[in-house]
Amino acid sequence: MARIVDRRYDSRNKSAVNRQRFFKRFRGQIRKAVADAVAGRGIRDLDKGESVTIPAKDLNEPNFSLDRRGVWETIFPGNDQFVSGDEIPRPIGGGGGSGRGSASDSGESEDDFVFQLSREEFLNFFFEDLELPNLVRTQLARLKEFKSVRAGHTPTGVPTNINIVRSLRGAAGRRMALSAPRTAALRAAEQRLEDLRRRLGDSDPEVRAFMEEVERLRKRLESVPFIDSYDLRFNNRILREQPTSQAVMFCIMDVSGSMDEERKQIAKRFFMLLYLFLIRNYDHIELVFIRHHTVAKEVDEQDFFHSRESGGTVVSSALRLAEEIIKDRYSSDLWNIYCAQASDGDNWENDSPVCGELLTTAILPYVQYFAYIEITQGQPQNLWCEYAKTLPFWPERFAMQRIETLTDIYPVFRELFRKKTA
Amino acid sequence: MSVARPSLPAPSEWTFELLDSYHREIARVAETFRLDTYPIQIEIITAEQMMDAYASVGMPVYYHHWSFGKQFITTEKHYRRGHMGLAYEIVINSDPCIAYLMEENTLAMQALVLAHAAYGHNSFFKGNYLFRTWTSPESIIDYLVFARNYIAKCEERHGEESVALLLDSCHALMNVGVDRYKRPPRLSLEKEQARQREREAHLQAQVNELWRTLPARGRREEKLEERRFPAEPQENLLYFIEKNAPLLEPWEREIVRIVRKIAQYFYPQRQTQVMNEGWATYWHYTILNTLYDEGVLVDSVMLEFLQSHTNVVFQPAFNSPYFNGINPYALGFQMWTDIRRICENPTDEDRRWFPDIAGSDWLQTFDFAMRNFKDESFIAQFLSPKLIRDLRMFSVLDDDSNPKLHVSAIHDESGYRTIRQKLSDQYNLGSREPNIQVWNVDVRTDRALTLRHRAYQRRPLSNDSGEVVKHLSRLWGFTVRLETLHEDGEVSLDYECRTDPTADMPA
Repeated sequence: MARIVDRRYDSRNKSAVNRQRFFKRFRGQIRKAVADAVAGRGIRDLDKGESVTIPAKDLNEPNFSLDRRGVWETIFPGNDQFVSGDEIPRPIGGGGGSGRGSASDSGESEDDFVFQLSREEFLNFFFEDLELPNLVRTQLARLKEFKSVRAGHTPTGVPTNINIVRSLRGAAGRRMALSAPRTAALRAAEQRLEDLRRRLGDSDPEVRAFMEEVERLRKRLESVPFIDSYDLRFNNRILREQPTSQAVMFCIMDVSGSMDEERKQIAKRFFMLLYLFLIRNYDHIELVFIRHHTVAKEVDEQDFFHSRESGGTVVSSALRLAEEIIKDRYSSDLWNIYCAQASDGDNWENDSPVCGELLTTAILPYVQYFAYIEITQGQPQNLWCEYAKTLPFWPERFAMQRIETLTDIYPVFRELFRKKTA
Repeated sequence: MSVARPSLPAPSEWTFELLDSYHREIARVAETFRLDTYPIQIEIITAEQMMDAYASVGMPVYYHHWSFGKQFITTEKHYRRGHMGLAYEIVINSDPCIAYLMEENTLAMQALVLAHAAYGHNSFFKGNYLFRTWTSPESIIDYLVFARNYIAKCEERHGEESVALLLDSCHALMNVGVDRYKRPPRLSLEKEQARQREREAHLQAQVNELWRTLPARGRREEKLEERRFPAEPQENLLYFIEKNAPLLEPWEREIVRIVRKIAQYFYPQRQTQVMNEGWATYWHYTILNTLYDEGVLVDSVMLEFLQSHTNVVFQPAFNSPYFNGINPYALGFQMWTDIRRICENPTDEDRRWFPDIAGSDWLQTFDFAMRNFKDESFIAQFLSPKLIRDLRMFSVLDDDSNPKLHVSAIHDESGYRTIRQKLSDQYNLGSREPNIQVWNVDVRTDRALTLRHRAYQRRPLSNDSGEVVKHLSRLWGFTVRLETLHEDGEVSLDYECRTDPTADMPA
């Protein structure tokens, strides 16, 4: 009479469409929340979900309804103290008294609407904000390395590669296999010889002949070689193309007085983008933060973005420090090195040629890619001019762009990575 | 009491076989109580699917809209954080009656839910006059399928964005988009689809007629002046828009109609909460107790059931921190229990108050009450002085011109009638929701639409109303005004949304 249907396995996630619609609808608010979240996050934390808050009033679905003013008469249960005609002071803020009828109080609170974005959704919004649709999926060109890896054993090879254990194990097996039937024949012959001797004596010609036969068998058994060239096994190694799975990213930022908070935020976005790029290509990424004004210092991320400094600018100090760190810790055949430098370009006049020189000789030869962004509204600064001279010599590895506002990041970013993705 | 029967096994995990055997027992008992139901389809779903169902007002099929996404996210958040449990079941007023049971329920809970939904609610849906008059359970699923497909097609053709905005506006008017007195014609999928195109053409023609701007030759101006539109105030705003809004495209009218139809379908549920929940609760309690008396249910199942049941019908007092209005389950359950008591063991007081039913056959009285009332009239008819005393009800008059609240009645001889009347009024949608009607359309000049709110007890409209007027003006396409007719006869203009309705709509 009743039908029982098991629906547990069909049409899960029916509300996914509605959820997407919701995001679409409140794109503006969510984008803003994502932007705020990005400002407050570390570069490494970018790749996570986020909880997003939307003001309750934006979400309101209005209806004609009545206000709780005017005259209302409400029935309450549980009278323990009142008689007709009692006057009760108006309770403040709801509580247990009147003013909260069952009819109109639907329990909706005016709290802001908070919900969780998943990692994918968060990144989608992040890129959407930068209008950076599919760039993440493109592959960066990467350093190809060959690594010699073990690949079992072969019967041929050079003597240095002989695997003794394997070879002897093979020899032992072969010896056993070859000598087993001969041993059995020898045993049987010896037994027979003993019998004949006992019956006929040692000098009987038949016994003699048989002794020769036994001797022949013994020789045959001994002729099984202890080790044969056939037994030899050599360790086999082959070269495999090996994408280097680790990368180091140098973030170099000018923190002189002319870099204000907004410029730092732009630089931070830029570093984040590069980082996102890299984590899709490498298993392991190290970050090196170098900040500089007149002197350069390696710092942690917190200091990098947040501590304030001022003073003049000597960019070469940072390049020099980067060079040292590369030599020290990241020899280039093991590491893919990426550099991102952000500055307002306002370098000390005499220092710029030094920078150009350093870049060409000490840094570019070792790195995969060096991207320089100049965050400035005005004319290109002297560092830009100097770097521009370098550009033609390293078209594969060096790129530079100018950024004026946050919205420029996407085109600039694409421009920077265009050559590599082609 | 009854003949002892073999008891059913009672592990806490349910299986399909057990579910079936419990159901068979419940059905047998329900039959002895003459519960008339639609055929039952039990569907087992997961918690996640339950949340999906929540998001689409419990219906198995629904069109897509961002607000359901919002609902889903809210539900999911509360559920994940443990702020709320999900309902154990959802039951749909359809034929066959679909009852969703959650996979997580224990066997005892499934038994409770089966009795509650599949026999309680189900028989109420089939019997109650409001549901019989206003809903078409045999075709609602078909209609929802039609609605979803139609709206999806519109989204394809006219863009998600414009459909969503239209739906926003319709949803804002859902509460005032129902006929309260006129019965709607029956819906059916084939008919809907067949008639839909026809309707489009016809409607558009009518609208064109109404808005013809070229005056007919030879006709006198004065005649036009006398014409008033609408001739009488209209209570169903969505209906009015569907038929008369000058600028809507045919597909837009159809969507207005869909929202209106669905609002109408849910309208009876909003008016029978106490009765319906009370009825279902009464029956699960009675059926399971009968089974226990027969020995079919063992103690462990019964104890678990009683614990859940007690939670469901708990009514905190007004000064308890848990108080959140009157619990419809509690009130309804106690009222039905009380009616049975009046039938079976009437006191002198009951005979005075309920001469018709005191001492009558309780099953007949139940059937009569279930079929012919809604919350408002049910309470007005059957709330007994004993129950008022048991619940220690009192009435509080909150007049904002008076600095203090006034206790107008308590559970004593002079207060029973007041309390009964006030409580009944509290469940009257007519007084709980504003009375807003289409008052006038300025056909001759700027086509402005005027709504009139008839104030009652000096209760003003909430601040939302301005937004709703904007939505209405988006549908209407021209200026919309909302006036209030105060009790002293004065009329004030509360909100006005001038033409160019798209200018400052909320995004």
